[in-house]
Amino acid sequence: MAESAGDIVVEVKNLSTWFGSGGDTFKAVDGIDLMLRRGRTLCVVGESGSGKSVTARSILNIVPKPGRIAEGQVLLHGAGPGGAPLDLAALNPHGRQIRAIRGRDISMIFQEPMSSLSPVHTIGQQIVEVIRLHQKVSNAEARERAIAMLEQVRIPRPEQSIDAYPFEFSGGMRQRAMTAMALACEPKLLIADEPTTALDVTTQAEILDLMRGLQQRLGMAMMFITHDMGVVAEIADDVAVMYRGKIVETGPVDEIFHAPQHPYTRRLLDSVLALESRSHLASKIARPNPADVILEVRDLSLSFGGRDAFGGVKAGGVKALDAVSFSLARGETLGIVGESGSGKTTLGRSIMRILAPDAGNIVFSGRDAAPVDLAALPQGAVRPLWRDIRMIFQDPFASLNPRMTVLQVIAEPLRNYGVAAGAELEERVGELLDRVGLPRDAMRRYPHAFSGGQRQRIGIARAIAMRPQLIVADEATSALDVSLRAQVLDLMLELGRELSMSYVFISHDMSVIRYMCDRVAVMHRGRIVEIGETEAVCENPQHPYTRALISAIPKPDPRQRGRLARIRYGAEAVA
Amino acid sequence: MLRFILRRVLWMIPSFIAVSVVAFIIIQLPPGDFVTSYAADLATSGSPADPATLEAMRIRYGLDQPLVIQYFHWIWNALNGDLGVSFEYRTPVADIIWGRLGMTALVAFCTLIFVWIVAFPVGVYSAVRQYSVGDYIVTFLCFLGMATPNFLLALFVMYLSVTYLGYSVGGLFSPDFENAAWSLPRVVDLLKHLWIPVLVLGVAGIAALVRIMRANLLDELGKPYVETARAKGLPELTLILRYPTRVALNPFISTVGWVLPVLVSGDVIVSSVLSLPTAGPILIQALKTQDMYLGGALIMFQCILVLIGTLLSDLLLVWLDPRIRYDR
Amino acid sequence: MTASSAPADLPAPVDLRAARRASASQWRLMWWQFRRHRLAMISSVVLALISFVAIFCEFLAPFDPNAFTPRYTYAPPQALHFFDRNAEGGLVWSPHVNGYKVTIEPTALRRVFVVDEAQKVPVGFFVASEPYSMWGLFTLETKLFGPLNKGDPLFLLGADRLGRDMLSRIIYGTRISMSIGLIGVMLSLVLGLVLGGISGYYGGWIDNIIQRVIEFILSLPTTPLWLGLAAAMPNNWPPLQIYLCITIILSLIGWTSLARVIRGRFLSLRTEDFVTAAKLDGASERRIIFRHMAPSFVSHIIAEVSLAIPAMILAETALSFLGLGLQPPIVSWGVLLQEAQNIRSITTAPWLFAPGIAVVVAVLSLNFVGDGLRDAADPYRQS
Repeated sequence: MAESAGDIVVEVKNLSTWFGSGGDTFKAVDGIDLMLRRGRTLCVVGESGSGKSVTARSILNIVPKPGRIAEGQVLLHGAGPGGAPLDLAALNPHGRQIRAIRGRDISMIFQEPMSSLSPVHTIGQQIVEVIRLHQKVSNAEARERAIAMLEQVRIPRPEQSIDAYPFEFSGGMRQRAMTAMALACEPKLLIADEPTTALDVTTQAEILDLMRGLQQRLGMAMMFITHDMGVVAEIADDVAVMYRGKIVETGPVDEIFHAPQHPYTRRLLDSVLALESRSHLASKIARPNPADVILEVRDLSLSFGGRDAFGGVKAGGVKALDAVSFSLARGETLGIVGESGSGKTTLGRSIMRILAPDAGNIVFSGRDAAPVDLAALPQGAVRPLWRDIRMIFQDPFASLNPRMTVLQVIAEPLRNYGVAAGAELEERVGELLDRVGLPRDAMRRYPHAFSGGQRQRIGIARAIAMRPQLIVADEATSALDVSLRAQVLDLMLELGRELSMSYVFISHDMSVIRYMCDRVAVMHRGRIVEIGETEAVCENPQHPYTRALISAIPKPDPRQRGRLARIRYGAEAVA
Repeated sequence: MLRFILRRVLWMIPSFIAVSVVAFIIIQLPPGDFVTSYAADLATSGSPADPATLEAMRIRYGLDQPLVIQYFHWIWNALNGDLGVSFEYRTPVADIIWGRLGMTALVAFCTLIFVWIVAFPVGVYSAVRQYSVGDYIVTFLCFLGMATPNFLLALFVMYLSVTYLGYSVGGLFSPDFENAAWSLPRVVDLLKHLWIPVLVLGVAGIAALVRIMRANLLDELGKPYVETARAKGLPELTLILRYPTRVALNPFISTVGWVLPVLVSGDVIVSSVLSLPTAGPILIQALKTQDMYLGGALIMFQCILVLIGTLLSDLLLVWLDPRIRYDR
Repeated sequence: MTASSAPADLPAPVDLRAARRASASQWRLMWWQFRRHRLAMISSVVLALISFVAIFCEFLAPFDPNAFTPRYTYAPPQALHFFDRNAEGGLVWSPHVNGYKVTIEPTALRRVFVVDEAQKVPVGFFVASEPYSMWGLFTLETKLFGPLNKGDPLFLLGADRLGRDMLSRIIYGTRISMSIGLIGVMLSLVLGLVLGGISGYYGGWIDNIIQRVIEFILSLPTTPLWLGLAAAMPNNWPPLQIYLCITIILSLIGWTSLARVIRGRFLSLRTEDFVTAAKLDGASERRIIFRHMAPSFVSHIIAEVSLAIPAMILAETALSFLGLGLQPPIVSWGVLLQEAQNIRSITTAPWLFAPGIAVVVAVLSLNFVGDGLRDAADPYRQS
């Protein structure tokens, strides 16, 4: 593409946005330069807290308090007097001039499809508002335009949908409506701040396709913010890598992926690519013997009933698990993959017997012990089995009691099962901390003193304290930044080999499953639709849903873009 | 939505029954009954009634029956408009209370509207200008308003009016209109008097609602949809009024559920200080003299008044909040 | 990759403050948070003073609250002077108040007291007094302060209709009003813990019934109910019985909001991951409740309780004010305000409002402290 100055829509020069003042100043954005061109997509990529979102807000001059643009320029080309560039950063953030630009010349899509639309206004009201705010049209005309926009973003039955409220839409539909609203005035620049992060991977693929298509048709510039290198590879023309408020590297997408210059970019890519293959540790583990079964789940079913506000009337229940069956060999790691609402978390909690299944068997065969059917046990009789079957939780913040020291947290199972007490207890906790790579003096501190990755290590220490035989890990790495994921997964693999543990590893993220698991079960609407060797399922999926799922996963390699045809499955094609 | 409304209205039936039971218990609580008081009254006047007559009276009024039967007797009569006889006034209770309850409803309604009209903008201001001098002043006044018993405020207003205006501001009417028929001048006269009890009663409610509105709105101001609206290019004031304020309005409306009971409660005390012709003063008088049929009936109807008010506010909320409207 | 044994994300403790925070318990974090709420800190001091007055009221009050001196009906407040001029015109330490002079107002033909600058009533600290019983346990004959010559008038806050010292009465009233608030809330708390706990713990239809009952009670106007129940008390009951009965009536209606809070907390905590984790760690039901859940719960309850006390105090004040609560000779702030009921007495003796000021100050401080406690109740909240 031939580049000329006329293509430049917005130019960011030496922009700095600071939070707080005096000694506590936090430089969220620290002197960055960006160039946004017509018809091109710039991906701003970085981990949480790198300043990507603040950059987006600085361009629109809507930095939330106590932040402020400390210096630099945001030049909107052709908006000033006589077609000269207009510096948006210098405008009064509440003034008429900048307001006229927001939503008309530059518009924005936000991350949370659930809460980014007003819950008490219809979709139509919210789209019509932005049209009438910037253009002199009648209400009826604006409504026509809004319907046309909804059609463009492929919302079914736009004439009816326009009068729907956001809560009647699914997440993907809301994000489409947001897009329609952002594009209603045909902006020169569209800023999308992690628009697909909160969505399932198949929905994400739909939205990415949609946005790319719209951009090509409307020819606007797009600034796409994401933390996901796969998404970058899918959609970017140019990439800017942000780290701690600075842009460390910028360039065309192919260069960034195939010839990264800055060490941070390389590290970021490494941690992503590490998850593209199987862990080096996995191969070192002896193949489990499929005949030696530690856990056998047969026809497990569970429904959740609804209850209304005025009494105990049961409405129709939701089938969270529908005749789920699988078996797990001793020493094996089985991945359970599925999108939100597929029942994978319910499955994990049923195996732990935190939830009581309606029907089916969960047969656990411990070392040197007779097989036990957990599903048949009364609640009280499950407790001794929790020594052998342990759980690692998703949220490293919610799963550690903030009011207990790390020592108390990790010592809890040891104390409750009477394994150790007093000085011995402390010694055991110290060993466990060593084992998960935390300093021993961490035991005197409270969880709030640790970062997410460290907390997850504490959670792992608690899980292995009883030397269990089986661990159910529910989205154990989902809350962590990508650079930490491989570390934590490797730790779990190492521990698994050392203590000869089996894992049921639940995740929505296929790459994490592929990295970690011997076999994978794909869940969809409470059923296991496919189960098999991880490699086989990834390379040659049999069930149409699995095919759709695999094809929707963005590959962190721009050269593969468009190689794989997108496959749609059933209802997901619409939502 | 229809199902929700229907259920909400049906829910009133057990509420009414429960209220009537509570009222009946209160009537029955003091030792002795209507006839005992009658006998005591005769005795003090010097002509004690003979036990046989008293016994006959007991049977006639059904006072010898078990309590459950007596309750059904009472509630049946109540449904037919007979709420018993006031011992103090020697007239049927029903004749005394309606006008008084009407005034209570009027005062409560006016105060509610006043509370909303004042609390809403002040709460919005306080939230939008969080931590400004104005916010601090509003916050302090709110705490002060919540800490001041309303009868104290009423006394203080009385004191000020007597000391500085030279006359007392009690009542809802000037003497000329006290017993006049309803007419335009009488309404004007009423409005002239009404503002004092409305103000006095409203203070605590305003204080509480401003705090609630402020907290609600502060919650909403941080929501992503506010940022969406800002990115659209809406002017700040329009934005705040159209989005977060509109969303915060819903919980605000539902506060009727507890503001109304507080207002009716406050009316009992304030009206006896300001000698308003509402239900309050006669309720207190009735309770002090253990004139229980009157007292019980008043309590029951005050509760019913509040229940109806809450019902109306819930229905208003259904109309205002699409999430409720569509959910059920 | 060998990163697993040496995590890259371990920041060294940056400074002493962060290190101190890292090993700070919940209560310490809460205290640090609470300390930042300046009004709450000031109010805590005020509350400490009020509690001190309530506890030592016999010693602090210069007179018996019911001792009347008809001679000094509606005597106005006197100013306390600490220094006096001696013969040379220098200042000397000599605490005193000025006496009264009676004049007859010519138009209304009423007796009017005027503070007489010429008369001096010497006041002393730790003065001898009539013997009185301290806490009903032992007899004392010393008061914190009083007139040096017995029988001299000393009415720092004026006198009421019967010539009783308002200051002494307010000091005694502090004990009754504050204690009724405290005891009433404790009773409410017990009711709330039991019913809210049952509701949150068992759930299902029990929860449903309790919730409906709470909703119902909350939707009723409280004052008429209080009045109705209080009116049922026979007039001839002894004061202590009335006191207890009023407390029970207040808590009978006041428990609902506490029960709601407790249930809500309980329910939200039960679904917390760390509680599930404790269950999987083999903790017994008791241990889960008392060791894992209670600590995150107690702070909230304390805050709610401190916010419920003022409501109790206000309710008692209102009931007594209307003559349906506590009855003389018990002295509470509400009982004292009964004296201020008619417009004539407050215009002639505005100092009858003084107990009202005590109510406002006490309630205000309790609200501020409660507000501060609520802000500090969850030091782990991310904001």
